[in-house]
Amino acid sequence: MTERQPQPLLDGLSAPHRARLLGLADDREFPADMRLFDEGGSANRFWLLRSGEVALDLHVPGRRPPVVETVGAGQLLGWSWLFPPYHWHLGARTLGPVSAWEFPAHRVRALCEAEPEFGLRLALHCAAVIAERLQAARLRLVDLYAPDGGGPP
Amino acid sequence: MSTVPVPYRVLSSRPETPDCVSLTLAADGATLPAFAPGQFAMVYAFGVGEVPISVSVVGDGTVTFTVRAVGAVSAALCKLAPGETLGLRGPFGSGWNLDAADGSDVLVVAGGLGLAPLRPAVHRLLGRAARLAVLVGTRTPADLLFPGELAGWREQCRVEVTVDRPTPQWRGSVGVVTALLDRVAVGAETATALVCGPEVMMRHTADALHARGVPPGRVQLSLERNMRCGTGHCGHCQLGPLLLCRDGPVVDCAVSRQLLSVREL
Repeated sequence: MTERQPQPLLDGLSAPHRARLLGLADDREFPADMRLFDEGGSANRFWLLRSGEVALDLHVPGRRPPVVETVGAGQLLGWSWLFPPYHWHLGARTLGPVSAWEFPAHRVRALCEAEPEFGLRLALHCAAVIAERLQAARLRLVDLYAPDGGGPP
Repeated sequence: MSTVPVPYRVLSSRPETPDCVSLTLAADGATLPAFAPGQFAMVYAFGVGEVPISVSVVGDGTVTFTVRAVGAVSAALCKLAPGETLGLRGPFGSGWNLDAADGSDVLVVAGGLGLAPLRPAVHRLLGRAARLAVLVGTRTPADLLFPGELAGWREQCRVEVTVDRPTPQWRGSVGVVTALLDRVAVGAETATALVCGPEVMMRHTADALHARGVPPGRVQLSLERNMRCGTGHCGHCQLGPLLLCRDGPVVDCAVSRQLLSVREL
């Protein structure tokens, strides 16, 4: 299953909106083990991954940052750029070589304001991503694969 | 199908994870009919009790069950050594409908021990499905079943593994198995999905597949209830109108999805 990689965000936009968004993108290639951003830093970019995988981690004093989730091909990396104060909630590091479209946050936000229909579509997609990740985090809290199936009957 | 336990001898006992063992068995006299992928047996630890376990490998004259030690019976089974004997009844229930997957894209989605019942389906599908992707979610890297075999499958199909709780050494994906669905390209409307794992995981996977355009009728779930008789008589495994030992464990999502949302079923 290696044909065209699905890109849910781009696939959910109309062709003109997709072209406008991609018009703001830079093609980027990142090597393995590269730090893309740190928790608390300025969220001035985001990425759509075409290949490779990025680990999202949390700063814990005195410990190697534990990985809380990974984001892979076809997925959105970063949504902190959409909401003030535009600071990253987590850190990110590439697990292997990564290719991605990189978007400048301020220009995309400006486009959202200038074209409300585009802004709505993009915001809805980001909201869906956030909701999905929240749901995933909740499922993992239940510890479904534990020997007791996640808790007493 | 046998309704009385038939003695089978343990040929090998292979530890898979800290609490899982694969028992490969051969008949010690009478032989049960061949198991189809997805079917299960009632496995009897003599003097302890009987539990339902889906077949993990269908061999030539042998059958393998992967057992997790979670209770008295399964713990007793996990302790069996080569040469010892247990009792088998079966094969019971419906298996995976692999004919529906012929020539189509197939997604195999496993959660935890759910990979074991899907394993014989993958054996049959390699080289038979148009495109095959195996997506596996597990608790920790140490809980991953059949890592050597997954490496072999990777040469023939797409295999993605994700864990809930990574170790510092883990370099793979972290998160729920449904997150892997975005990474594989399938012809959604004609794809077939085989799903097995904890029921909550299957419910969410079924919904995620539906959201990506896979029709419920092309999603097969392996369900679990309290199987006892295996022959549809005692009613312990009832799920609404279904008796899962007879009408399942593999049930089309178009039939089962609604039932899984009903509390107390």
